[in-house]
Parts: sequence; C-alpha cells; structure tokens
Amino acid sequence: MADIVLDKVTKSYPDGTTAVHGIDLEIADGEFVILVGPSGCGKSTTLNMIAGLEDITSGELRIDGERVNDKAPKDRDIAMVFQSYALYPNMTVGENMAFPLKLAKLPKAEIDKKVNDAAKVLDLTDYLDRRPANLSGGQRQRVAMGRAIVRSPKVFLMDEPLSNLDAKLRVQMRTQVSRLQKQLNTTTVYVTHDQTEAMTLGDRVVVMRGGRIQQVGDPQTLYDHPNNLFVAGFIGSPSMNFLPATVAEGKLRTALGDLPLGERMQRVLAAGDAPRELVLGIRPEHFEDAALVEDRQRSHGYEFTAPVDLVESMGSDKYVYFNVEGGAATSADLADLAADAGGADLPSSDQASLVTRLSAESRVRDGASTKVWMNLDKIHLFDPKDGRNVTLHEGRAAGVAAS
Amino acid sequence: MTIQQERPAVSDKPPARKKAVLSEGKRQERKLGLLLCAPAALVMVAVTAYPILYSFWLSLQRYDLKFPDQREFVWFENYATVLTNSYWWTAFGVTMLITVVSVVVELVLGMGLAMIMHRTIVGRGLVRTSALIPYGIVTVVAAFSWRYAWTPGTGYLANIFGDGAPLTERASALAIVILAEIWKTTPFMALLLMAGLALVPEDLLKAASMDGASGWQRFTKVMLPVMKPAILVALLFRTLDALRVFDNIYVLTAGANETSSVSMIAYNNLIKGLNLGIGSTMSVLIFLTVAIIAFIFVKAFGTAAPGSSDDGRR
Amino acid sequence: MNTKLRWGLLDAVVVVFALVPVLWVMSLSFKTAATLTDGNFIPRDWTLDNYKLIFQTDQFVRALINSIGIALISTVIAVVLGTMAAYAISRLDFPGKSLLVGVSLLIAMFPQVSLVSPLFNIERQTGLFDTWPGLILPYITFALPLAIYTLSAFFKQIPWDLEKAAKMDGATQGEAFRKVIAPLAAPGVFTTAILVFIFCWNDFLFAISLTSTEQSRTVPVALSFFTGASQFEDPTGAISAAAVVITIPIILFVLFFQKRIVAGLTSGAVKG
Repeated sequence: MADIVLDKVTKSYPDGTTAVHGIDLEIADGEFVILVGPSGCGKSTTLNMIAGLEDITSGELRIDGERVNDKAPKDRDIAMVFQSYALYPNMTVGENMAFPLKLAKLPKAEIDKKVNDAAKVLDLTDYLDRRPANLSGGQRQRVAMGRAIVRSPKVFLMDEPLSNLDAKLRVQMRTQVSRLQKQLNTTTVYVTHDQTEAMTLGDRVVVMRGGRIQQVGDPQTLYDHPNNLFVAGFIGSPSMNFLPATVAEGKLRTALGDLPLGERMQRVLAAGDAPRELVLGIRPEHFEDAALVEDRQRSHGYEFTAPVDLVESMGSDKYVYFNVEGGAATSADLADLAADAGGADLPSSDQASLVTRLSAESRVRDGASTKVWMNLDKIHLFDPKDGRNVTLHEGRAAGVAAS
Repeated sequence: MTIQQERPAVSDKPPARKKAVLSEGKRQERKLGLLLCAPAALVMVAVTAYPILYSFWLSLQRYDLKFPDQREFVWFENYATVLTNSYWWTAFGVTMLITVVSVVVELVLGMGLAMIMHRTIVGRGLVRTSALIPYGIVTVVAAFSWRYAWTPGTGYLANIFGDGAPLTERASALAIVILAEIWKTTPFMALLLMAGLALVPEDLLKAASMDGASGWQRFTKVMLPVMKPAILVALLFRTLDALRVFDNIYVLTAGANETSSVSMIAYNNLIKGLNLGIGSTMSVLIFLTVAIIAFIFVKAFGTAAPGSSDDGRR
Repeated sequence: MNTKLRWGLLDAVVVVFALVPVLWVMSLSFKTAATLTDGNFIPRDWTLDNYKLIFQTDQFVRALINSIGIALISTVIAVVLGTMAAYAISRLDFPGKSLLVGVSLLIAMFPQVSLVSPLFNIERQTGLFDTWPGLILPYITFALPLAIYTLSAFFKQIPWDLEKAAKMDGATQGEAFRKVIAPLAAPGVFTTAILVFIFCWNDFLFAISLTSTEQSRTVPVALSFFTGASQFEDPTGAISAAAVVITIPIILFVLFFQKRIVAGLTSGAVKG
C-alpha cells in the first residue's frame, strides 16, 4: 500500500499536442480516487502514466515517496484492470490469475493458495479451469479483478472496468468493486466517464477536462459546491439547469422573473470586475410544486408560473419539463458538456427547457400552467467567460439570497 | 463508446523525435525495436542492395568469363549493345505481351473465381482447396504438365486440337505460355480479390437493390468502388510478378522461336554465355523497368498502394 | 434448387480447371513406357516403375534431400527473423520503422533475375556457389517481405491491451512477448511458415543459376536436367513421377491448412 503524488505531471506528444497539463494531485494511502471527465479529457493518459505505460513528459510521479518516472511498469508494483479485461485467451482462468505470481517467481504452493483465495473472494472457484472465451462478461470482469488482487500490489489502477457490462450487471459489480476496495484497503485510481460511477464509488472524485483538473473533492462537495460551470453541469443526473441572467437594480433578471439578491451577492456583483452577464444554475430537485411547499420554507424561495411541457412520472417523484422563453445560456463550458452528451446532434431551439423534480404528490398535468417554487439558497451563478462559480464563498455555495 | 479516440495509442504516433529525455521504458522499447529488426534488415539489404550496385558496376565493364583477359571498363557500351540489339527488344515485347494479356485475363477470371469462392452455397471448402492447388504447385511441375499435354502424340490436348506441334510455333507457343501463367496465378489474384469482396458490406448491396440497381449495376457501382484498393494491390503484385516470367518459358519452349522473356535472355547471356557484362546490363535494365512500372502504379494509385501507411487501415 | 445446381456447375468448372494439369502429370507417372505416348488421359496400364526408377537414382534422391533441407532451413530462418521484425513493426515505436516497411515492399517487387548475375559472380568468388547457403541466402531475402507482411497483419489482430496487461503483471517486454504474444501468434507464424516453405520449394530461377552440380541442385532444377540425361531412355515417365513426389507436400498443406493459407495470403496482401 502506498500513497501517490503527481507533481506538475505533463504529457505532450511529438506532434505538439498536450494531453495532460501539469497536474497536481495527492492520493492518500488506501484512498479510492476516481478520475472522471468526458472523452479526451486526459484521464486515461494520466492513468497510463501512473501505470508506466506512457512516458511522463515533465513533472514528477512519486509512489510511496519514491520517484518512479523512469521505472518500468513491472517495477512499480501496480496492478491494472483494463476496459477490455485483457485476459490472456490462451490461458485458463486459473493461469490468468497465476500469471503475475509466476512472473514474480513465487513458489508453486503459494501461487495456488493465493489464486484459490482470490477465486473464493470473487466467486470464481468453479471456473478456474475454463478459458476466458467460455465465460460471460461479468465473469471475465471478475477474472480481470482477480488477476489484479492476487499479488496484493501497492496500487490498483482501473480503466473503465465496468463499461463493457450491461446496465444491471454494472450496478451489481459497482457495489462489489466498492466492497472489495474497502476490504483490501489498497490505494485505487479508477477512471470512468460515467459520473454516476464516480459519485457512488469514490472517496474523492477528480473532474478533468481538456487535460486539466477542474475540481477535486468528495462526491457531495462536488455536487453541492461545484467550482465552475463545467463541474456543475457534468456532475448530477439529470443535469443542472442553466439560464442566462443579468443584474439590474439589485435584482437578478432571468426568464423566470426578477430574483432577489442577498446583501453579500449584491456586494460581490457590484465589484468593478464583476460580470454583467451571468449564467444561473439550479438543480432539478430544488424546484417544488408551489402547492406542496410548507410555509416556513416558502420564504427561502421564489415562485413563478409556467406552462408544463411534459411530465415523466418516476413513481418516487415526477420529472416535469417546462419551456422557458429567452433562449439557453451559452458558454464554452456548456458547449463542451453538450458535445460530450451528444447534445450537439439535437435540434436546437430558441426556448430553453427547464427540468424540475417535483414531489410524487404533485398534481401537475401536461399543458396546464403550474405555479412552481424554487429554492433561492441552492442557486449558483457562474461567469460565462471563465465558468467560475461566483456564489462560492470560502468553498461553499450559499445561494443568491444569502446575506 | 467514445473512449477509443481518447487514447492516443502509442503505436500510432510517428517515430518519436522527442527533445525530452526518454524514460528507461521508452529507450528500452526503441532499442528492442531496432534489435529485432536488425537481422531481417541486414539480410535483405546485404542480399539485394549490394548486389544490385555491384551489378551496375559489372554492367559498365566488358567482362566475359570465357575471355577473362579482355576485362575492361567500357562505360555505357554494354547498354548501347543491348539497347540496339533486336533480341533484347523482341524479348522485351514478348515479356510485355505475356504480362498484359495474362494480367488482364487473370483479373477477369480472378474476379469470377473470387465471386464463386465468396458466394457459392455448395462445396465452398472444396472450391477453395482446389483453387489453392495451382497457387501452391511448383511452377516447373505445372509447366511440364502443359508441355506433355501439348506434345503431339503424348498429350491429350495436342490430340484434341489436331495436327502440328503447337509448342514449336511462335504464336501458339506464346499462347500456351500465357495459358500456363494464367492457370498458375489466377487463384492468387482471386484470393486477393476475395479479401476485397469481403469488405463490401452486405447491407450496402441490399440497399442498392432496394434502390433499384440491377445485378450488373450493383457490381459496377457498389462493389467495384469499394474493392478498388484490393484490385489495385492485386494488379500491382501480379504485374510485377508477371514481368519476371521465366520458369514456364524455360520448360515449355526454352526460348526457341523468339519466345524468350527478358529474364530468359538475361539468364542465357549469363549462365549459358557466361557474359557477365552483358548479363549484368540486362539485369540493371530489367530492374529499371520494374522500378518505373512500380513507380507509375504507386503514383497513379497513391494511397491505395500497400505500405503507404504501416498502420492498419482497418 | 436451381441456384444450387448453378453453383454446383460453376464449382465443378473451377475444380476441373484447377486439377486437370495435376491429374495429367499423375496419370503420366503411372503409365508404362509402352503406353506413355498414347495421349490417353487415364493410363491403360498402371505401373509404379517410374517411381522405383527415380528413387534408385542418386540424381533425384540427392535433389530431394537438397530441396527439403534448403526449403526447411530457409523457412525456419526467414520465419524467425520475420517474426522478430514483424513484432517490432506492429508493436514497438522506433526510428526507421517505415523505412523497413518500405524496403521490404521494394524487395517483394524486386525482379529476381536482376540479382542473378551479381549473386552468380559474388558467390563464385566467395565459394558459396553451388552450396546450400548459396541458395538459402536469396531465399531468405525474398521470403522475408512475405513473412513480415503476413506476420504483421496477424500481430495487429492481437489485442494491444494484453501486452500492457502483461507489463502491469510484472513482465518485461521480452517476457510479454514470449509468454503472452508468442502463444497467440503461433497460428499466424505457422501459416507464414507454410507460405514461405511453398515459396522456397517453388523456386527455379535461383536454383538453376546458382548451382551447377547435384551437390545442391533442388528438385525443380533436377527435373529439367532429366531431359536428355543419358540414364533414362525417355525421361517423361521419370519427370512425371518426380513431379508428383514434389507436389505431395503442397497437396497435403492445401488439404489440411486451406483456411489458414487463405487467411495468410489475404491478410498479408490486403492489409499491407
């Protein structure tokens, strides 16, 4: 077991492109860290550099306090699980798991014991003599995990290990991976593009974009206090709603109406370098059917009336979509997010769509105008130019009405 | 999944010219790469590059092993001798004729054979196995078979096609040489074309027939364009191979009645005539001819030529 | 039913077209001296005399040994060198890679006769003329491009992650090759060996130019020297029998490894 330190680690290619820009990251001993981001954000390159499968162009990588930049993968004592599982097709399950131990020249008896132990943990005992080709996807995935855990390495690296499984199996394996990591307490770096996996698995999540770290933190912090527009939009499903907003006469003018601004926000936004144009962000669950809001809560919010576009009943709650006049917010961060979600392929329109998650008891119906309450304490304001969250105060977001 | 594009696979990168210090692993990789290739590269260069240069050197000399005393440096005199000699130009014409006719016929037959091997619903294994026999068989063996078949009296074909000795008349002898070439190499052509056929998506053909294309239109408008790279590769390989024609002529006619190819007269001058100067001159001329034809092919077809990119195109 | 019949007919045409010359030589080899020139496709009198005859002569037995020995040695060396180079080309990053690919492509297209005169002279001077190595060397050279292309195509199909995984499991580059890639590459190597063997077995031009005695003459060349050789009255039967003998390995390869040979030829040539 070991800690991992990335000190200004950079990866650039001979053709001049840079995949990773001077990343700083400290991963504590036994910690489970997730690297998450859209395609091309540099997360896999970072993982490969930790593995030693790709060269570090500049900066330093330390494992257990020791600089390992120039060490071959085999000398780093790291195990890796690949997206394709990379099981050796010419070996049985048992031989696959024994392979790293054989390379380490362990005595036969010890190899057998370790393989059997790992097989027991992963419920693979009955399959030890089978070839990978004769296994199901989930079983193959477990063999890949088994090959990683048999040698009790200092560090586990996992490169989208669950993305080849079907949805249901992925959820099952997710809990198993999580349990296994807790049990072994081995430092783990896990790469995924799926924000749900990132939120559910990790002790800490590293959001990356374009080769740079956007924010590092535990899942709840990322969710509640996103540093910037990109993180806010990337984390959470359905994702945060974004609307254009301007400051006028001490109020926040939006398509939903003029929202009151608290004293602190007024001060922040009155500063000389403060942006005039803003992007307002609010998560779907921070709306509620106005009829169901208790009185003491009502004062923290703002109410508006809008025609319902569509209702999706999930049973536990309702997703209600509203059309809002005035167009969608624009910014580079949002364009990136849309590209990642494939949103660029959707027909564009002048109307922004607002997603709200209302209580299941709500009686809203398609087409009808409904009065909706939204929680002012949970509103974020972003500067569209650099994506910065201007509502953050000492790392905490407190909404627009805070004083 | 879109994960693929995110990984800049190490192997796709152009040969690294990094300013930064290479790590131990990378250095090891480059060293191993060079080490692994060195023996193959050495053998190939030693047995081709050096001799061809040496050949050029020899071609500038009067050098007849029967009269070693007369060895003398004569600059391009040998070239003048060869290029003004009617035997050379006859052989050149014969080689071109054999190449053009056999490659064209092979392309047509090969396409047919490829279709049969690709689409047949009965006995696919049998057809493929039989087609491989001409490819694998020793050319000399096949040539003897054709020779005996066309020998009057002995042969079944000679008897069918009436009197006369076809192998002793120029036109019929050349026709038989071409037939032997076609028989031997059509399967190879067909295999290359079949690989191209396999690249034509079944859905594309279905879509074309839904759009109202006839069988012929599907072939010319859909299949041929998709197969173009495979066709060009097959043509290139076969053309250059046909230019080397030697074995069949040696056995079938021994070059009698002006049926020699350039390979044949180069061999005759060298091994039979022991004239190193003239033999080497012909070697160089043949090399230049092939180089020019290969160059035209590669230029004309550009990226379709094999080796133009060493990263798998598929 | 009708389409089946049509395909069946087409298939039959192909099979006949491909097999007739081979069957004809076979037929000749089984004919007695008296019926040899009757022009009949099927022998009237069957005999094994021709086979007995050739195996009693030194000329043929020696040539057969030469053919087998030279082809096998060339195949082994070419496949070993080709495997090393193809592995490097398909898996490693090193300077000069595209040059090597280009050079081997050039050699694949090289007119072999252009090498005959210089090699003839060089080998005469170095004492390689009319020896096994004198033939093995050019065979390796011309087999290498074939081997490198075919093997690179096979190697590219092996998932790249496996090698990474082996490295992560503690293997050196060499171990990753020996323990993970080599077993997976074995079928491709085997196929390549067959193709290379066929190529060496087939050669006539080098064999006739770079040998002068029975010491290293291969069967295709010995065949052509049967003609007019004094020990046979009429060499037709002997030549046919010898031709059948050297065709046997080819027929066996084709029968047992048809799928592999097709895969090898097409992958090497099309993927380049």
